[in-house]
Amino acid sequence: MCGSAVMEVAGLRKEFITERGEAVRALDRVDFEVFPNDFLCIVGPSGCGKSTLLRIMAGLEQASFGSATFHGEILTRPHQDVGMVFQEYSLFPWRTVMDNVTLGLEFRGMSCHERRSIGEEYLHLIGMEQFAGAFPYELSGGMRQRVAIARALATEPDVLLMDEPFGALDAHTRILLQKELLRIWEHKRTTILFVTHSVDEAIYLADRIMVMSARPGRFKKEIRVEMERPRDRAMPEYGRMAAGILDMLEQEVVMG
Amino acid sequence: MHKLVSRFSLALMTPILFLILWSWIAGRVDNQVIMPSVDAVLDLLSQPNQDLISMGSLVTNVLVSLIRVLIGYLLAAIIAVPLGIAMGYSAVTYTLFNDFLNIFRPIPPLAWVPLVMAWFGVASLADMFEVEDGQWFIYLSNFKYSMMFIIFIGAFFPILTSAIHGVKNVNRIFIDSARVLGAGERTIFFKVLLPAAMPAIVNGMRIGLGIAWMCLVSAEMLPGSLAGIGYLITHAYTVASTDIVIAGMVSIGLVGALMDALFRYFEVKKFNWQRLNR
Repeated sequence: MCGSAVMEVAGLRKEFITERGEAVRALDRVDFEVFPNDFLCIVGPSGCGKSTLLRIMAGLEQASFGSATFHGEILTRPHQDVGMVFQEYSLFPWRTVMDNVTLGLEFRGMSCHERRSIGEEYLHLIGMEQFAGAFPYELSGGMRQRVAIARALATEPDVLLMDEPFGALDAHTRILLQKELLRIWEHKRTTILFVTHSVDEAIYLADRIMVMSARPGRFKKEIRVEMERPRDRAMPEYGRMAAGILDMLEQEVVMG
Repeated sequence: MHKLVSRFSLALMTPILFLILWSWIAGRVDNQVIMPSVDAVLDLLSQPNQDLISMGSLVTNVLVSLIRVLIGYLLAAIIAVPLGIAMGYSAVTYTLFNDFLNIFRPIPPLAWVPLVMAWFGVASLADMFEVEDGQWFIYLSNFKYSMMFIIFIGAFFPILTSAIHGVKNVNRIFIDSARVLGAGERTIFFKVLLPAAMPAIVNGMRIGLGIAWMCLVSAEMLPGSLAGIGYLITHAYTVASTDIVIAGMVSIGLVGALMDALFRYFEVKKFNWQRLNR
């Protein structure tokens, strides 16, 4: 690991008060660093607070204790160099694909002309130039998520947070989009922090996998994935790694 | 094409059956006051410009009513839309107004009549423009404050409620993604909340217009009324012209349905994107 961390999470804890007035600890003593050009995946059982962790890092929620920092700056609200892709379809349905992709640029006050040319570049990147004038309801789920990725990348963030972006897609589309994401990542080299509950997805994509425990979410183990990309799911090493991580997660479910 | 024809003829079946039943009953009853014949009513409707019981024609009366409704309705929309948006957006505004307005909501527009008469009497737009005689007085005095107030009350609450819920129900994911993309509060309000809530707001405006139109007859029964389709109906009843009563009712129905259809057409054209929201 060379160079200094882009993002750092230190001693992070998050507590919620439920409607019945009980305090629930969603995340506890979470520490890790994200390095430039990292492709880091966080896997964990559902309800382990991985989405919450990402929302804190996006500046959408506040930590109860500890902190998430971006280049040493504590995140209390969204930072313009940290982008995010959500699991739910988040495109604005009243805007065309082009107007969605250029949304962040528009918020930044860029002129219409400049926006369009950057928008075209990113639509080209995801291979959807011909859909510039289409509305989200005309697109399939996979296409919507590709546009959402283009929208998040168009503002050229240093770090892209991805919260189970392919979680709502069917298995086949999901595999296609994983390939697509790797292609984009190799091209852009944006640092990616990717949350998923799919072990397969994590091994296919990541340089580093952080396995989380059930509530309260903590990091159990960090695993480095050294296999060459594109990774072959038929490789024995791939299977061994998947089995190992699944074992770890299974213990969590039993204990929880 | 074939489908269209069969759909169209299917939709025509009920009205035709209804007309057959009506003319059969009218034949049996054989009394134009109790049950006027289909022909008599169609005759009136086919000549909408003809003067009726020296009250003016169907068309002029419908126009007078339409202007009344539109004035009352527009006033309601001008106040209810911004207020509803503010109440949906800010919890303070909501708490400030909601309980207060909820006391007024269940009061039927008709229950306001005595109070409205006490306040406004027969004052009209003619008083506002200080016209006291001549042709303009005749026109302007048709638009009495009292009637427009009743219509205002009818349209106000449906528009307000839809605007509040339209803004409150905007999907959080749109707001979160706008935040992450660098939007401030102002941008979120104008570029996320308003466009996302617009279909609900316009839908409320359509319902409000329908209710405003329904309040018309009660508004036009107020003293001082001398024209309007609601007044025509009540007046025709006192001279036992049931055929005019029915022709008037049909006009109200047609105009109401037409306004609703126009609104729907606009909604479909503008808010096609809503299909995404499943």
